[in-house]
Amino acid sequence: MADTQQRAGGATSAARPAGPEVEEPRPRRTSTRSRERLLQIGFLVPAVVYMLLFFGYPVVQNALMGFQRYTTRTFVTGEAPWVGLDNYREVIGSSVFTKAAVNTVLFTVGSIAGQFVIGLAIALFFRKRFPLSGLLRSLLLLPWLIPLIAASAVWRWILDKDTGVLNQVLGGLGVTDANPGWLTSTSLALITVVAINIWIGIPFNTTILYGGLQDIPEELYEAAALDGATRWRAFRHVTWPLLRPVVTVVLVLGVVYTLKALDIILGLTQGGPANSTQTIATQSYNLSFQEFDFGQGAAAGNILIVVSLVFAVLYLRANRRALDE
Amino acid sequence: MAQRGAKNRTVGAAVLALTAPLALAACGGSDSDAAAGGGAGGEVTSLTVQDTFVTDPGATYYGELLDSCGQANGVTIERNSVPGGDIIARTLQQASSQTLPDILSIDNPDVGQLAAAGALAPLGELGVTAEGISQGVVDANTFEDELYGLQPTTQSLALFYNEDILTEAGIQPPTTWDELKTAAAALTEGNRYGIAFSAPPTYEGTWQFLPFMWSNGGDETDIATPETAEALQLWVDLLSSGSASESVLNWGQEDVNDQFIAGNAAMMINGPWQFPVLAENPEVKYQVVPLPAPEAGGTVVAPLGGATWTVPETGDDARKAKAAAVVQCVNSDENMVDNALTNSSVPTKAELGEQVVAQDERMQAFVDVVPDLRSRTAKLQDEWPTAATAIYTAVQTALTGGASPEEALQQAQNG
Repeated sequence: MADTQQRAGGATSAARPAGPEVEEPRPRRTSTRSRERLLQIGFLVPAVVYMLLFFGYPVVQNALMGFQRYTTRTFVTGEAPWVGLDNYREVIGSSVFTKAAVNTVLFTVGSIAGQFVIGLAIALFFRKRFPLSGLLRSLLLLPWLIPLIAASAVWRWILDKDTGVLNQVLGGLGVTDANPGWLTSTSLALITVVAINIWIGIPFNTTILYGGLQDIPEELYEAAALDGATRWRAFRHVTWPLLRPVVTVVLVLGVVYTLKALDIILGLTQGGPANSTQTIATQSYNLSFQEFDFGQGAAAGNILIVVSLVFAVLYLRANRRALDE
Repeated sequence: MAQRGAKNRTVGAAVLALTAPLALAACGGSDSDAAAGGGAGGEVTSLTVQDTFVTDPGATYYGELLDSCGQANGVTIERNSVPGGDIIARTLQQASSQTLPDILSIDNPDVGQLAAAGALAPLGELGVTAEGISQGVVDANTFEDELYGLQPTTQSLALFYNEDILTEAGIQPPTTWDELKTAAAALTEGNRYGIAFSAPPTYEGTWQFLPFMWSNGGDETDIATPETAEALQLWVDLLSSGSASESVLNWGQEDVNDQFIAGNAAMMINGPWQFPVLAENPEVKYQVVPLPAPEAGGTVVAPLGGATWTVPETGDDARKAKAAAVVQCVNSDENMVDNALTNSSVPTKAELGEQVVAQDERMQAFVDVVPDLRSRTAKLQDEWPTAATAIYTAVQTALTGGASPEEALQQAQNG
């Protein structure tokens, strides 16, 4: 327990390197040890500087911007008056926000649930070896490889209400002649966008979960089979418990990626029709880059960062627990 | 000893790793200094230009025009074209790092934003005037009574119709809103809609709605008025009668043009920048007429489009003076006519309109509206983006049946 905690401590444990055997020849130690320590710091500094410069600075700057009246003028004069919580009041008080917040939750939960369930099913399917399974598995990566903007243009074409392939096929099969407006009806657009986002997310989920499944030793299944546990029971008592750390990674990363998803929505609906696919991420984009109110845009972005942070903490805690077990 | 040597090497490597980014940063710094300060104090030999003409015919045309105007003023031109969607963000970055180009071309409604930010130099101080240019164009390029941009040509919206389809149906192109509704309904048949327009949740949707709103007496300073609601009701009627597709909610103007070319729409609301694409499809015979007015004999007030040329505030008077001279050359009378003919647009000097129509009669519908063209930003200046957002939001709400036009406009105005 203590041992694992120290390992999880990461940077702090660097001060006490590699355990007992190093400590034996004490007298000559001090100068060598401080050299070693300097060296360790020397190797740490680039990473720390990089983190501070490219992660710390933008996050702090964004946090500050949320409290400032930051407009186009600020870029020229550098003046950004402090306005306290005004930006947050404006963003949260705007009529779009409630809708955007609800949409963000529905979009994230719907996408993650779909991506994970389908991704897991496909990963389990590919555990069985069959002819062409390798080829099929690599073809599955396709949605991941297509640039999102290209993918969304194709989807818009497929889903067009009057001339789209999907409605033509549905009409031809006699399923419906009503030509549903997949991207233009306020009741369908969010569901459509979630479905397309699931399509995009399946390769990621499948790849990571498949990797996790490969790590589960085959003997365990053989032993379980001897005890009479096959199929569902084998999954419930062997696969699931051993896959759990990977599942946590997939879910938390998925949530963070999905919360901030922007290009897919902009490419498909631009937040419309009538804000029915507007999320906090698209609202932040609109405020900053369409209305040039960078302060309010940053405020909306910060709300997302805080939500993501909550999930990041949950992830770290879950990881810690998995190590403890 | 050997071990210590190895350690020294690793320390050395660590130090090298540390300092490498600094060295790189230093190189980057000196590089941009050279670009910004080139010719400072001394004679101006070259000017940097940033514009949004990334596609032809504009890309080639402006490249040649700028080179010849540079030559006439004794400078070479270093031109950089970026897509229209990126240019404001990029210019703001340049403003904060003091690497603004000497000449900047932007969409005219963005002048207010950049002028309010202090990123543009007032042209009056550089001896540039907008003599002879239509008042609407001057308004669009003016911020707080100072002229900031000189715009050679303008574009606007008109009604395009498929000649074959209208002749076959025996229908005259509509000139009033009532005629528009009747004609659109009569032309709707099978997979073909009577009319196509663009109403996405972007400024493009606002741009297409403005001629209806303004022609009916609506105003962007207060959109919750009966006049604007009537205009919005027209669009709602076109959709609910099935004369226009619900897909207008997601169509940009290019999509509208595609639908028109494919024969899925008998008429469309669009602009002359579609001429080159239409020309690639010679089997589609089309005509262009002014947009329908609310009542017979009414005036159509259409929004003024087109790119304008500005001189950013670089703080170097000699360079600004040269830049102003090049901008004036780009806006000379003969260049205006050439420009208009090459880029399917209308000269901003009304007196030059005839010369363009003489060579391209499709431009008549656009030349006619130039005196009445209205600037989007004249009244609200840098507050325009807020109003533009409210307008497209209301249009989307009303078109999806979320609220009546009156309520939708009121809600959108309240934010």
